[in-house]
Amino acid sequence: MDFGLTDDQRDIQRTARDLLSERASFARVREHAEAGKTDAALWRELCELGWPGIAISEEYGGQSLGTIELSILCEELGRTVAPVPFLGGVMAACVIEQAGSQEQRERWLPGLAAGETVGALASAVDGTAELVIGGAEAGVIVLVEDDGAGRIVTPEEADVSPIAAIDPTRSAARVSVADGAGEALEDGCPGLGRTLVAVSSELVGVCDRALEMTLAYVKERKQFGVPVGAYQAVSHRCAQMLLDTEQARSTTAFAAWAADAGEGGTESLTEAAAMAKAAASDAGREVTASAIQAHGGIGFTWEADVHWLFKRAQLDAALLGGAKRHRARLAAILADRVSASATA
Amino acid sequence: MDLTFSEREIAFRDELRGWLAENRPEAKPPADAGDDAQFTYRRDWQRRLYDAGWAAPAWPTEYGGRGASQSESAIYFEELGRARVPFAANTLGLLLGGPTLMVWGTPEQKERYLPPILSAEEIWCQGFSEPDAGSDLASLKTKAVRDPAHPDEWVVTGQKVWTSGAQYSKWCMLVARTDSEAAKHKGLTYFLMDMDQEQVQVRPLRQITGEAEFNELFIEQARIPDANVVGGVGNGWKVALTTLMNERAGLGFALQIRLRQLLDDVIAVAAEKGLLENPLYADAIAELHVRCESIRLLAWKGLTDAERYGQPGPEGSLVKWLWSDTNQRLTQLAVDVVGPQALTLGTSWSYELLRARGNTIEGGTTEVLKNIVAERVLGLPRLKVAA
Repeated sequence: MDFGLTDDQRDIQRTARDLLSERASFARVREHAEAGKTDAALWRELCELGWPGIAISEEYGGQSLGTIELSILCEELGRTVAPVPFLGGVMAACVIEQAGSQEQRERWLPGLAAGETVGALASAVDGTAELVIGGAEAGVIVLVEDDGAGRIVTPEEADVSPIAAIDPTRSAARVSVADGAGEALEDGCPGLGRTLVAVSSELVGVCDRALEMTLAYVKERKQFGVPVGAYQAVSHRCAQMLLDTEQARSTTAFAAWAADAGEGGTESLTEAAAMAKAAASDAGREVTASAIQAHGGIGFTWEADVHWLFKRAQLDAALLGGAKRHRARLAAILADRVSASATA
Repeated sequence: MDLTFSEREIAFRDELRGWLAENRPEAKPPADAGDDAQFTYRRDWQRRLYDAGWAAPAWPTEYGGRGASQSESAIYFEELGRARVPFAANTLGLLLGGPTLMVWGTPEQKERYLPPILSAEEIWCQGFSEPDAGSDLASLKTKAVRDPAHPDEWVVTGQKVWTSGAQYSKWCMLVARTDSEAAKHKGLTYFLMDMDQEQVQVRPLRQITGEAEFNELFIEQARIPDANVVGGVGNGWKVALTTLMNERAGLGFALQIRLRQLLDDVIAVAAEKGLLENPLYADAIAELHVRCESIRLLAWKGLTDAERYGQPGPEGSLVKWLWSDTNQRLTQLAVDVVGPQALTLGTSWSYELLRARGNTIEGGTTEVLKNIVAERVLGLPRLKVAA
């Protein structure tokens, strides 16, 4: 077994990290978050580098790379909570490429790959998605119902009401469409495996950064003459943050690999993606909350940067169903397995 | 990234699986058959493994093993776990004593001690912890001094605790203080103590499950020849660390599979009772499922990364912590799923519930593991408490 990345994948990771550490510092994040704006210059640069199309087929203007490469970029963007509409677009593209007709793919994927079209994807109930990340600026929105039915809608066809979500690094909106509006995805959404890997990867990045910031802080901050990180209540909290992050990381990596390797088919990816989303959602919420706690009073200020991570984790954890929803799906899979072996 | 086994690994696995399928041990002795019956059962099983060359595949071929890679060794333990066969009687010798001698032993010691470990002819136990030296092992007080009348003999007095299998053991991996002047970690020596002497008294230590896996050792002027010093006088701490490092390595893979099997058993009962439709149970079970799979992934990642890149990552410390916590949650949930049977003596459920309490304590308490993660993995400073 080999959990490592290829040299090319490491290059992508290194390049992404270097670029974002320079161009998506917390100062820039704050500037754009407080203004409620996308960092247009950064977004343009990422588009020029082909990031939005990394996992879209070359046939439609993408780079034909895999879920692992997509996962790497999502994680790096999560680490920096960069104020760009990347996630929505790659999620929409994943579904359109997998479930759309040839015509739908040709119509939407090139724009998404170039980043010219901003995309969004959300779960809807009877045509209404209460909080669509990136919904306020999206040119194409994919709505997925519980029964797997999916459709592509444009803002013209929908009722889009911007929402000021707690995470100001991306826009949000309530999106509502009438019955029959938009275009159905004929095959339904057979599994949102790769989209779940994308958001789970972003959560892993958020957790990783939260832990990194926490360690730096607790090594530096002194009380009673010693760095607070020396106290077991604090150090054990950090150890728990690592454990939670690594569970999220390993299950997400497995799902990304399963998506690319095709091992075990869609069932295996469905289960792997549900595990990843469950682990990553819980980890995201716990680890970022823990990060605030470990920062003490400072952690609770607007001025410190910890809260951006907490807020991003909250939105991502809820996206496409939180941990409880995905555990319910896993339980159903386990139950089916028991029935299957009983009748076998 | 490739999370499948190589062809060679699959061949190894299939060979073992095939052998295990054809060579199942007989039924376990019943719970009330007593410790001796259980021991004999495990010894006979080890002999069968040994005869087929499967007692210690990770040992180099020159010492009777197969020179298996670390991945193959992990597969070995997974398959033993999967087949639900007993642990070999000389597990401590196979996993701890043997590998320690391979690193620190003289050629004569290796030649003398390794073969009977493999064949289960000589059982090994571990004499490390003491009543006053658990997590703080280096503070141990069992003392060994040279006999002035026979300077090539050591005389040892002290007490050891948590010694599993002592009543059946021939050799004890004993760590004793040989220099009281030296700093704590530097005055220790690692010995092989012959358990067949009156000066070593073994008293069973009854645990909350009712049986006595462990023992106390009362050592009153026992004798150890100089030839039985391992790694040199005063070097005991380093040798002990080698032993401790091996402690979790192989067995963990079998324990993870056992965890998975226990979870599958709970799921089966839950399904029978319609509890999988109860969202509270469904959620708890799914959470355990995610943890179970995470443990396996983290263990394999830790092993293969170390094999490939040399540097151990964070996974080693995390896996035991996560496994022990998960096993406790699982065995606790089993009570809710299975019902009163799980609280009745003599059932495997009740045994697992009680036995699991030891998981977060043995082999490094969770508190200590968190310290290790915090200090060695995360680089956090250690608090020195003024005594």
